[in-house]
Amino acid sequence: MSEWRYWLNEQRGTLMGLAIFIAMFAVYISNHPAGLTANVAQTAANKGVLLAFVAMAQALVVLTAGIDLSVGMIFILTNCIASYIVVGSVGMTTLGIVGTLLAGTACGAINGLLVIYGRLQPIVATISTGAIYFGIALILRPFPGGGVNEDLADALTGRLFGVIPASLVLLFAVVLVVWIPFRKSVLGRAAYAAGSSEPAAFMSGVPIKRGKFAAYCLGGLFAGMGGLFLTFFTYTGDAAYQSGSGYTLWSIAAVVLGGISLFGGRGSAIGAIFGAFAARTTGDMLFVFDVDPLWQPLLQGVVLLLAVSIGAIALFRVRNRLEWFQ
Amino acid sequence: MPRFGSRHATSGQPGFLMTLQDDRAVEPFFRMNGVSKRYGGVRALENADLVVQAGRVHAILGENGAGKSTLIKVMTGVVAPDEGTMLMDGNAVSFRSPADSASHGIACVFQELSLIPDLSVADNITIANPPLKFGMIDQKAQRAITLEALARAGAEDIHPRAMVRDLPLSRRQMVEIAKALVGKPRILILDEATSALTASDVTKVFAVLKRLRSEGLAILYISHRMHEIAELADECTVFRNGQKVASYKAGTKTDNEVVEMMIGREYHSVFPPKPVRSRADTQPVLECRNLGWTDRLKDISFAAGKGEVIGLGGLDGQGQRELLLALFGVLRGTTGSVLIDGKAVSINSPSAARSADVGMALIPEDRKTEGLMLPMTVRENLSFASLDHLSNGGVIDRTKEEALIDEMVKLLAIKTAGIDITVGSLSGGNQQKVVIAKWLMRHPRIILLNDPTRGIDVGTKQEIYQLLRRLADAGAAIVFYSTDYDELIGCCDRVLVLYDGKVVSQLEGGGLTEHALIASALNVDKSRILEVAE
Amino acid sequence: MSEISDHPAASRARVPAFLRKVDPAVATAFGCIILLLVVGSIYSSNFLSPDYLVQQLKVASFLGITAAGMMLVILLGHIDLSVPWVMTMGAMMACAMAGYGTTGHVLAIPFGVFCGALFGLINGFGVAYLRIPSMIITLATNVVAQGLMVLYTGGFSPQDSAPPAVRWLATGFIIPGVPNAILVWAAVSALMVFLFARTAFGRSVYGIGNSERAAYLSGVNTRWIVMTAFVISGALSAFSGVLVAGYASKAAQSMGDAYLLPSIAAVVLGGTSILGGKGSYLGTIAGVILITLLQSILSVMQMPEAGRQIIYGVVIVSMLLLYGRSPATR
Repeated sequence: MSEWRYWLNEQRGTLMGLAIFIAMFAVYISNHPAGLTANVAQTAANKGVLLAFVAMAQALVVLTAGIDLSVGMIFILTNCIASYIVVGSVGMTTLGIVGTLLAGTACGAINGLLVIYGRLQPIVATISTGAIYFGIALILRPFPGGGVNEDLADALTGRLFGVIPASLVLLFAVVLVVWIPFRKSVLGRAAYAAGSSEPAAFMSGVPIKRGKFAAYCLGGLFAGMGGLFLTFFTYTGDAAYQSGSGYTLWSIAAVVLGGISLFGGRGSAIGAIFGAFAARTTGDMLFVFDVDPLWQPLLQGVVLLLAVSIGAIALFRVRNRLEWFQ
Repeated sequence: MPRFGSRHATSGQPGFLMTLQDDRAVEPFFRMNGVSKRYGGVRALENADLVVQAGRVHAILGENGAGKSTLIKVMTGVVAPDEGTMLMDGNAVSFRSPADSASHGIACVFQELSLIPDLSVADNITIANPPLKFGMIDQKAQRAITLEALARAGAEDIHPRAMVRDLPLSRRQMVEIAKALVGKPRILILDEATSALTASDVTKVFAVLKRLRSEGLAILYISHRMHEIAELADECTVFRNGQKVASYKAGTKTDNEVVEMMIGREYHSVFPPKPVRSRADTQPVLECRNLGWTDRLKDISFAAGKGEVIGLGGLDGQGQRELLLALFGVLRGTTGSVLIDGKAVSINSPSAARSADVGMALIPEDRKTEGLMLPMTVRENLSFASLDHLSNGGVIDRTKEEALIDEMVKLLAIKTAGIDITVGSLSGGNQQKVVIAKWLMRHPRIILLNDPTRGIDVGTKQEIYQLLRRLADAGAAIVFYSTDYDELIGCCDRVLVLYDGKVVSQLEGGGLTEHALIASALNVDKSRILEVAE
Repeated sequence: MSEISDHPAASRARVPAFLRKVDPAVATAFGCIILLLVVGSIYSSNFLSPDYLVQQLKVASFLGITAAGMMLVILLGHIDLSVPWVMTMGAMMACAMAGYGTTGHVLAIPFGVFCGALFGLINGFGVAYLRIPSMIITLATNVVAQGLMVLYTGGFSPQDSAPPAVRWLATGFIIPGVPNAILVWAAVSALMVFLFARTAFGRSVYGIGNSERAAYLSGVNTRWIVMTAFVISGALSAFSGVLVAGYASKAAQSMGDAYLLPSIAAVVLGGTSILGGKGSYLGTIAGVILITLLQSILSVMQMPEAGRQIIYGVVIVSMLLLYGRSPATR
């Protein structure tokens, strides 16, 4: 029985994220005029998955005690790239997909190199690289345009067996094939160790640099998947600054909602997925309650504010005030 | 000199039997020759030599700053030496990182530094060489290795999936020991590794170490605790000022000779004379009635009068630190009452504690993270607790600040190249003086000190003892936690011995003896402790 | 464990006194300013003309006031991501208040600043008392501020124009040849320098940025100071927004977006450590001028937006690689 206790303790953050999401989604669905139909699920899933990819990218960097303010721009950039190359025959499309994902990974790698080997602070390094990635995106797509292999796009944004949103299956597959092996690998554990306590990790002989680098590269990869999926969703490439910075900021919110500690070392990318879905649902919830669209941004902000303040409840249990300062 | 801990808790044969067992000459397999390391202008290690033999416990002694830690850092690959060679099995070796040193068979049990808080015990123990299956970490195999390592270290009570962050310090140290043993090292270094362990842990650990020694493991044991060294060591080496002073067989030198080697001059622990106290019914400055806090402090009551130096004794972790923090307003949810000059007060923060009504000061446990801001200057640190006194309407009065700072630097004889250099570049003793001076600038009536002489050189310690007595004579009430019972006996008018959060005895005058302190610390039957009324 | 300090300061203590006082980061920042001026003058001789330089300083003032508040927060080891919409809110609320007759005109600026301070209070309370990471709470309040402004304007561009007082403050001339905005920035800067160098509050900010734990145990009311710093930052952001509205004659949606990242970059390029506890205000001034000049050169070169973004990013990364690197662990 005690095994479960330990598992619960390890997954504390992720389960909180799941709880928040379920609570919000339940409220949303119960008030939706159509209820939980396949259509509703598909739309919600598609929008949620978009943010989920970016949130996973952010999670990977945050786990190493960093922050990535360029994820939204990698997202936009890979969207623009995909709108050029993910077209044509099966072979070309596949190459296009590989190219897009490589581009995303390369962006992540650049961030990683600057932070790990350049020893720059993540906040400022990624602010700068974000500007660079956006600039490149703007060169590629000064105006929205381009296209994508529409058959593939429809398949991945559609439904499997008429019911299950394909995007969720895709997300699940990515978690299974990419995240879980990483988490269980030596490099994955090194990334967690580096985020938890870099001095201790160094003393223990953990391959800190390689672990962090792997995390940054994977972060870029996930952001690239997001950009690719956006292309499937919109059929175009668009260098939209507002969209990119919006995704960056909401990815941070998703990460926090998903129980990942901004100090590093704790949490799981799966928590970030729940956090992303929860964040998305807040917007949809207000729509469903027939709230005047003008009130939506405000209420979304208030909900976010309340959600991040939940953690403050733990303060009541603090008996030694020195614990406030870690 | 000797410190509280497990002095009488460890059973086992007296030291001399151990050394007689293994008297045949053993060829050393690891040597360090002429190793030097400088930090800036400071020589941490100068031409150091060391010889390590298999199947022997080699104790390394020396004051803080003598070079022991630097020696270990060189051996474990944390820093690279400026000069000198290391030879293992006759081959020259150099280590580029802790991982490198570990792969050569050198394992080190650090005090706290090497465990990853957010990973499980199993993850931590196998972190250097995790068992892999298909490129991923094999959880089952990892668990088996962990259980075996924990058992070998005598720590079977620790669950492999427990998160290190949730374990108390003593358990974490056991995990460190288990982790060091996993790689089947040839040299095991223990750097003050027993400081946080409970008495029973130390017994187990010593048994483990002795068994490992007979299996051929070479052990380097760095400690201040003479009794532990007497029990365990075969060889001893003394360092002073970065150089090796002497190496000798354990048991062939008296404690006093060893201390003299460590400090380089004749050593007499000089404590300032204690005034004869009359039991006049003066109102106590600080009084504590039935103070309690969670399960760490239970029903503590005592009173400290003007000019009294009260000591807190007992084994590590019996509530002494918590008592000081509670008085200073850092702990929440305390029960009972605290009275200043007879009036009940509610102190909810250090800010309230230092205010004029109360006039308390606390010299905290860890000067580097709690007492000082290392990158800031001596001036800035000194005035930091008195900014309210030094300013008019929020603006700092520079002349007043300069005057007070000069006064303090002189009063405490702080050795510094100037008040505008960073405090991080001062020696440990001088850093502690800055912490004390910072509080003395407020002329506190009640001074709380949390193990103030830990890690300080002997000269500065003497200065601190003198200072405390002078402050008491000037009317301050002092409450002083120390793990060194010579200090408690020498400095204090009265000592409260704590056990499990309660005051189990108050010793003073003739009753304040080493024997009584130890007996109370272990909570031995009260009728055997004499309490002599003056 | 070791008593010997391997602190880099040990060797720094041996550098001669007068050189020691100059922060290498600040020196590099000023050096880069000169470099930019040289590059700019090669491109166009107008670049070094007094008119143009004064114009640059005027534009820099708005960023400068925002950066002053940001520096205060960064020194504590925190960050304020609510700058975009607190700025916009300050501008819009000031303009709105101006619509209420003469009293409105008089109260316009204080009201705008007050709104900013209020949001700063929410941020500060969350960070200091609820121990919420500053990054996330300021993100949330930014969204709330945006929500409030969307609600207020009904989604349209705000119609109220900036009151004459504000316009005068931003574009008028008390001293001939020196735009008022620069004087305002100078006044704010003087206050900040005074705050940091001479007040207990300023000293405490540096202390808390270095170690909040040690500051707390010294009896300093750290939570109150952190909260107040956020209030000041919010007030300064809003004030800056009011001035920008005065410059443009009215407030605009998303006018604040262009100030967030540059203000962070300006503070960091000026040598302030993003981890807190270290930095000089002079450096922030240098960083602000640097960023403004950079943006201006790119605009004079008629560089398309894409190129501007890339160069902006590359320049900041390069400068950081020069002097913003954390020390190696071995």
